[in-house]
Amino acid sequence: MYMTLNNLKLNEKAVVKKISCDNKITRRLYDLGLLENTLICPIFSSPFGDPRAYEFRGNIIAIRNDDATNIFVEVL
Amino acid sequence: MGLSNSSTGKKVSNNSKNFSHYDFTVAIAGNPNVGKSTIFNGLTGLNQHTGNWTGKTVENANGICHYHNQNFLLVDIPGTYSLFADSEEEKIARDFILNGNAYATVVIVDATLLERNLNLVFQIMNLTKNVIVCVNLLDEAKKKGISINLSKLSNLLGVPVVGTIARKKKTLNNLISTISDVCNKKISPSPNNINIFHDSNNNMEEGSKEVLKKIFEKSHEIVSEVVTIKDENYNERDKKIDKVLTSKKFGIPIMILFLCLIFWITIIGANYPSELLSMLFTNIEIPIKSFFVYINTPSWLISLLFDGIYRTVTWIVSVMLPPMAIFFPLFTLLEDLGYLPRIAFNLDKCFKKCCSSGKQALTMCMGFGCNAAGVVGCRIISSKRERLIAILTNNFVPCNGRFPFLITIATIFFTSAVKAGESLKSSLIAAFIVFVIICIGVGFTFLVSYILSKTVLNGSADCTLLELPPYRKPQIGKILVRSLLDRTLFVLGRALSVAIPAGILIWILSNVQIDNISILTYIATFFDPFAKLMGLDGYILTAFILGIPANEIVLPIILMCYTSASSLVDTSSIQNLFEILVSNGWTIITAINVMLFSLLHFPCATTLLTIKNETKSWRWTAISFLIPTIIGIVSCMLINLIYHIVLIFI
Repeated sequence: MYMTLNNLKLNEKAVVKKISCDNKITRRLYDLGLLENTLICPIFSSPFGDPRAYEFRGNIIAIRNDDATNIFVEVL
Repeated sequence: MGLSNSSTGKKVSNNSKNFSHYDFTVAIAGNPNVGKSTIFNGLTGLNQHTGNWTGKTVENANGICHYHNQNFLLVDIPGTYSLFADSEEEKIARDFILNGNAYATVVIVDATLLERNLNLVFQIMNLTKNVIVCVNLLDEAKKKGISINLSKLSNLLGVPVVGTIARKKKTLNNLISTISDVCNKKISPSPNNINIFHDSNNNMEEGSKEVLKKIFEKSHEIVSEVVTIKDENYNERDKKIDKVLTSKKFGIPIMILFLCLIFWITIIGANYPSELLSMLFTNIEIPIKSFFVYINTPSWLISLLFDGIYRTVTWIVSVMLPPMAIFFPLFTLLEDLGYLPRIAFNLDKCFKKCCSSGKQALTMCMGFGCNAAGVVGCRIISSKRERLIAILTNNFVPCNGRFPFLITIATIFFTSAVKAGESLKSSLIAAFIVFVIICIGVGFTFLVSYILSKTVLNGSADCTLLELPPYRKPQIGKILVRSLLDRTLFVLGRALSVAIPAGILIWILSNVQIDNISILTYIATFFDPFAKLMGLDGYILTAFILGIPANEIVLPIILMCYTSASSLVDTSSIQNLFEILVSNGWTIITAINVMLFSLLHFPCATTLLTIKNETKSWRWTAISFLIPTIIGIVSCMLINLIYHIVLIFI
């Protein structure tokens, strides 16, 4: 069983296994280089806990928790 | 908060016609926020506005670059991550590269984020052969201990690669000479394509995932060959700053503090130069006036020139110039640092609750400069529904045309109780009042966004990813020049061009008399009963209506109305202003309502026209007019009512 990205603790590294967000977001994530087998790590969270900022391929991208629940990862 | 002609969208759209002679068209493409606009400006000498956040350039901008007796028409296309059309700017970019007849395309990439940037390079190499890769931000990369083997990168890609530091103009020479070489066929690029598009243009969307997978695998391979990183933790400092600026405890307070600090510095900084300018104008009025008397100018003309035009114009210069000259550079500083996306990040949850886009925070920030620019900026929001919400609510952020007004009224009325000499305390109070007003505006933004997305613009939140770019060292000198020339003078020029006809109109209205009563008085008397319900008076409401062309002239009109009867002219000090207003029946509740109505009333004419352009609909334009106006009228009436009820019980 994989876990979802939003449940990943801060600074916990993981590998993306499956992205099943809605089409637009999935495509944008692909554009930014978030594909299967990409290394990802949540590095800080906003004052209200949502969204959180994730680092992958040197990017820092904020992803809302609603979207992060549709991204499945495997903790390293 | 771009506020040059280009960013308010007037000149940009079809200005390629303006350049009659050029030899080659060259497209400048790249990911957002890689310094495209800086390079474009460096090459063409144009002043496309730059800032450290994603989505600065929302339309193509053109400029000519002259090199070795040839003219190159450079087209700065909006930054995109990819060409798989999604948002407005991606469509513009793709259409231009496909159909814009560019002979060569320069793809600018961020040296610190090469892997992601190569994605776009590969996509563009599939559309056109003549690609030049420009690795920008080499200085940032060096600071982070990242070095890139440019010649190896060029070999692997099969196209020329040039390294630049956009802020250093010298490094751009190399770029333009390479562009020239490619155009003149001295170099012919032969891209090492990954075969991604079966035909040229129509199958772009098919199997995009497989394609991107291939591209990123290849990019990863290339990066591992050409990039050497001294220290893997090069981003640690940025991350530490981010952790504080977005933390639970400090994130929001720091944001508020920054905002208040900017207002406070603006208020105390602007006070003295404002008075100085005002004194100067009052002093030079006398000799100029006597010159006109000397050359036998008719007295009505002198009155028109001085009581009408001169007073309105000098008022605007002395009251508006100093705060703008301080506020804009400060705001540009935050923008260049890269703080604005962090504001959007901090507030994202609030926007999510309203079912609107987190990027709305960015367009609101642009609105602080000019609502028209803010409305144009809404193009960075890809969903139509969310973009409309952002456009309709942009006016709730007070633009710089209303700032000096709010600051002046706040200073006059809420600090007059403070003893003279305690200027520190009074400026702090004024800054706080302005901050409260802005909070009310932000509150209404959320409320109206929420109501809209639950009613007419029903729907849920759309694509919500937000890039947090690395912090960059701002260039202080350039900030000063840019913000003074591009923004301050632009806004001032706009205000003045409205001030002259407005000054004439008001002079006529207040001097042409029917039965010994001026037209202005007729109008004001007509509005007076209604205005009184709102805690204002007829003159104030008339001033707001006459101020539709530009909010900047509302206070000058009010003062001219009051002073045209008596010839009390001296508006040089805050104390005098206070006395003029009080002698015309202003109380603290008038001041509150005036400030509230200034925040919550119809957008200015420029903004309305921009909304019409952006929404292509008179209906939405009318709605954007009605929403804030109705809210403003109702709020003022409510506050006035509460005040009077309280008065009865006290």
